[in-house]
Amino acid sequence: MSSSAFAVRFEAAGWKSESTRFERNIATSESKWVKWSIIGVALSFFTLFLLMPLLAVFVEALRKGFGVYFAALVEAEALHAIQLTLIAAAISVPLNLVFGVAAAWAIAKFDFRGKQLLITLIDLPFSVSPVIVGLCYVLVFGANGWFGAWLIEHDMKVIFAVPGIVLASVFVTFPFVARELIPLMQAQGREEEEAAIVLGANGWQAFWYVTLPNIKWGLLYGVILCNARAMGEFGAVSVVSGKIRGETNTMPLHVEILYNEYQFAAAFAVASLLALLALVTLVIKTLVEHRVEQALKQSTEGVPS
Amino acid sequence: MSIQVHNIQKRFGSFTALDNVSLDFPSGELVALLGPSGCGKTTLLRIIAGLEQADAGNVLLDGEDASATHVRERQVGFVFQHYALFKHMTVFDNVAFGMRMKPRNVRPGEAQIKKKVHDLLNLVQLDWLADRFPAQLSGGQRQRIALARALAVEPRVLLLDEPFGALDAKVRKELRRWLRKLHDELHITSIFVTHDQEEALEVADRVVLMDHGKVEQVGTPEEVYGHPATPFVYGFLGSVNLFHGRIDENQVRVGEDAVPHDNRVLSQGSEVYAFARPHELEIVTDPTSTAGIKAKVNRVLSFGVSARVELDGVNGATGQHFEVEIEQARVKELALVAGQIVRLLPSRLKVFERSDAGLGVRR
Repeated sequence: MSSSAFAVRFEAAGWKSESTRFERNIATSESKWVKWSIIGVALSFFTLFLLMPLLAVFVEALRKGFGVYFAALVEAEALHAIQLTLIAAAISVPLNLVFGVAAAWAIAKFDFRGKQLLITLIDLPFSVSPVIVGLCYVLVFGANGWFGAWLIEHDMKVIFAVPGIVLASVFVTFPFVARELIPLMQAQGREEEEAAIVLGANGWQAFWYVTLPNIKWGLLYGVILCNARAMGEFGAVSVVSGKIRGETNTMPLHVEILYNEYQFAAAFAVASLLALLALVTLVIKTLVEHRVEQALKQSTEGVPS
Repeated sequence: MSIQVHNIQKRFGSFTALDNVSLDFPSGELVALLGPSGCGKTTLLRIIAGLEQADAGNVLLDGEDASATHVRERQVGFVFQHYALFKHMTVFDNVAFGMRMKPRNVRPGEAQIKKKVHDLLNLVQLDWLADRFPAQLSGGQRQRIALARALAVEPRVLLLDEPFGALDAKVRKELRRWLRKLHDELHITSIFVTHDQEEALEVADRVVLMDHGKVEQVGTPEEVYGHPATPFVYGFLGSVNLFHGRIDENQVRVGEDAVPHDNRVLSQGSEVYAFARPHELEIVTDPTSTAGIKAKVNRVLSFGVSARVELDGVNGATGQHFEVEIEQARVKELALVAGQIVRLLPSRLKVFERSDAGLGVRR
């Protein structure tokens, strides 16, 4: 009697743990053919459009052997393109880091007139085609643009030079950090900062000791995305750079030029570097994402509505 | 330190949070700001702390106008409703925060900070939690750490926003008693906000009742409970039975029925609200009786020390619900059954003249 009661309880416990898996519960799952055809469609889509191109890059890059692969990477023009890409990222990422934190801080912790407008403006680079962005810079800073004459007078070059590339990169990567931080900071609210101020902290102390530790993972996530975009940007940079070999070519532009000259192995070799960068970024992003989720959970936990 | 607020006015858009509020909080007292949500009590607390700016009026701390003083120079301790502990810091670092943020020339040494933090943690009886993070604490523990953190900067005033609001009933009751004891030891001027009348009456030296941005009554718990000054206070503190009626000589006429009253100030024919607490109503089962309000017994809840009888008004008071508290023995004696028609006769009736402003009674 007692053993059967135990078995029943045991079974009940087993059923309970099973029921937590929604897709295994007969009462909530679809029939087999629906399930497998959906999974099949999704997997083939994923393979065809994501996995195959990624593999193709590496296969094509190594088609003519490692010798050609490395030769294409250490060639002077390729090295210069890599260097320029790194410079553009090294300038635009910190700039947007500072801007993003400042904007998110202002939007999440203060109420002011025009807040909604600011939020909309931050999203502008997402909604405008990068080519148009490049054109705008050409119109403003180009030889025949608004400031063109003044720039020539003072012997400064923006378009078809490094400053133009940096400007374009800054513009297209503008929203990443801010967009990542605004929801996080809004979820965290103002109470902790208020507590810090009441306890005698000044604004800077409250930011440094209270706000920043709370957003660090979100911030890192934003920076990673921002960096990936800064290095990979093609459209806007393509318009303002002028594609002068060994001078204003970034990695994506260099890849395009090589490809157009039928140097496929070299083009794919440089492209594989970008792809590798993307993969590393994704791995870091996944790790960071996990921490961000935890931070978000913590900020809402224990706070009844 | 004493706190005075003079003619505080605060609006949020078209909503008036505080309407010309003037109050005096004497030194060393524990005062409760009590009222329904949206009555402006938290806003008033935040204005005193300096976290919110009044549209008009002054806050006087120790007789000095503090309106232009920055929050960090007001020397107030503020305990937030959801504690607002710093999640990424240990309990120790949370409590030490205020001392560590002081300008270098007045900042105590690390050894001194350590001693002070442990003293405070001992005061709130949680020294053993010093190395934990806030996420590892229970609600009651978090609340006490928040209090220790607020006390660490030696505030002249302690302000608590719904200090027990987020806790379960049992812990709440414990912490209430504990807060009262702590206040008796420290004697620091304290104001706490609550919507729980029991909490306010039990803990505070004085209670300030607020509604719709206005102060309704100020007094000791005995005063406000025993002698409510307004219909709102009467309705807000404890359960109450309400009759809408008209003065007819020494009676309040409710529809076809009437109850006697002894208020001599009210003029003949004026519209009134009449209140009686559940224990102030007597149930009359005699069908020939004509005094009192006719009602139908709905339910008899005869558990606990005294029984509760729920009734629905039938004649003049149709659609109204009444609650009567009587002794268990009396229930047996009357042999009440559901559906029975009885009359309700108040032994004590508080009558207020009906004003056009309406009645803010919420239960």
